[in-house]
Amino acid sequence: MSELSADGISTGGFRAGEASAGPAASGAGRRERELPGGRYGLRGAVGMEWIRLRSLRSTWWITGLVIVSMIGLAILVLRYYPGHWAQLSAPDKASFDPTEDGYAGLGVAQLAAGVLGILAATGEYASGMIRSTLVAVPRRGLVLAAKAVVIGLVTLVIGEVMAVATFLAGQAVLHSPAPHATLGEPGVLRAVLMAGAYLPLIALIGLGLGIMVRRAAVAISALVGLIFVLPIVTLPLPESVQHAVVPFLPEAIAENSLTAVKTVPFSLSPWAGLAMLVLYAAVALGAAGLLLARRDA
Amino acid sequence: MISARALSKRFGPTVAVDSLSFEVRPGVVTGFLGPNGSGKSTTMRMIMGLDAPDRGQATINGRRYRQLRWPLREAGAMLDAGGFQRGRTARSHLAALAASNSIPRSRVDEVLGLVGLQDAARRRAGAFSLGMAQRLGIAGALLGDPGVLVLDEPVNGLDPDGIRWIRKLLISLAREGRTVLVSSHLISELELMADQLVVIGRGRLLASTSVRELAARAGSLEEAFFDLTDESVQYRAAEPGRS
Repeated sequence: MSELSADGISTGGFRAGEASAGPAASGAGRRERELPGGRYGLRGAVGMEWIRLRSLRSTWWITGLVIVSMIGLAILVLRYYPGHWAQLSAPDKASFDPTEDGYAGLGVAQLAAGVLGILAATGEYASGMIRSTLVAVPRRGLVLAAKAVVIGLVTLVIGEVMAVATFLAGQAVLHSPAPHATLGEPGVLRAVLMAGAYLPLIALIGLGLGIMVRRAAVAISALVGLIFVLPIVTLPLPESVQHAVVPFLPEAIAENSLTAVKTVPFSLSPWAGLAMLVLYAAVALGAAGLLLARRDA
Repeated sequence: MISARALSKRFGPTVAVDSLSFEVRPGVVTGFLGPNGSGKSTTMRMIMGLDAPDRGQATINGRRYRQLRWPLREAGAMLDAGGFQRGRTARSHLAALAASNSIPRSRVDEVLGLVGLQDAARRRAGAFSLGMAQRLGIAGALLGDPGVLVLDEPVNGLDPDGIRWIRKLLISLAREGRTVLVSSHLISELELMADQLVVIGRGRLLASTSVRELAARAGSLEEAFFDLTDESVQYRAAEPGRS
């Protein structure tokens, strides 16, 4: 670093007429500097989060994982049906939902989206970057809002694009005698769009968890618990209790409400399921916002 | 201008900062001196709105940090080496900060050049040495060309050449009329760069005066510092020869 000489250093003010205030202006009170009008706000904070999300390799790895798992598992699962349709029992044939069964990869993709949300929060704390962030954007609600906007929109776009692509790829490998679905059939387009909307909602829950617990390992464990362990915990419960509780669990909502075209017993309606997930995300972000505002950084 | 008025902060049973009042004027480098654990970093975090004081308040140009209109253009801080994520390049880290306060993108390369990191701009910051991380932290503090600078232990991890560079940089920034508050536990280093000193111990103000005046009290700045902080040093090794 020895190439750098501080002699005659200029701090290079970026506003015209300021850069000339060199060491010669010794001791004298610096002119009251002109600040631009207005105030920092959500737009700038969103710009900051957008640059940050794009500039980490993990974002691209996670996006790749969503693409591979959704398309790959759709093809893997649905390819089975044409060759084995004759052997299926009548109830299996009746309950076969080519749209819903094509979203087998959502199980992995939801975890990837949740981790994306978690890392947007915990990356700040692991590195101490949270202090740079809050010095740049001291109103903490803005920091959380900007993260939610960027993580939510990016995962919504990824989710919707992948939901449509996964549907098309999956139906392409379904041929007779197995039935396949088309976007024009009742409920199919709705199921496809809701499959895409599931990812941003899980990502926002992840973001909220990440801000709350501040450590990636803890937040990911909590997310895995919420998605995969809670359904197992309910197994020993009496059937009546299961039927009352399970429909409200995120993964059951994804499988039986959002992506299902055929009605599944003991499940929320698609829109009720979506509303529940929106509520979960709002609660997670609300709690995160309260903690972020109150804690020392 | 930075002003602390009756700042107090405790963490559980520990009093970190205790009714601390001082002012930091523009135009000179002000050193912030105190033994380890005396509350320097906590005070700086309260100035920058990161920690909420239990009592009292800190202001920058008369306003609390959270009320600033363009925080990075009014005050810059380096509070710990880094403050960046390892996986991101130096340029991306600064570009993100610049975006938050509508600072032109061209300013990013300007400050990278200013701290001597222009050739490392596209390298992932996780591969940086401690000295380079300090320079990136200083680049972040200078990004908005702010009139107030708060730097916590900026010479840590720098080689002698880097230490001399930062000394000259801070002196020239102060001469431009900026307010510069620099903490260090290196008395000799502060003696070389600071005109004014704020000395604290156990969270309380021990002295707020000029380097010259303080040094004159006991013959040398170091002696004066030990006289002042004798009561408030929390961690001290046994003197050699004693058992």
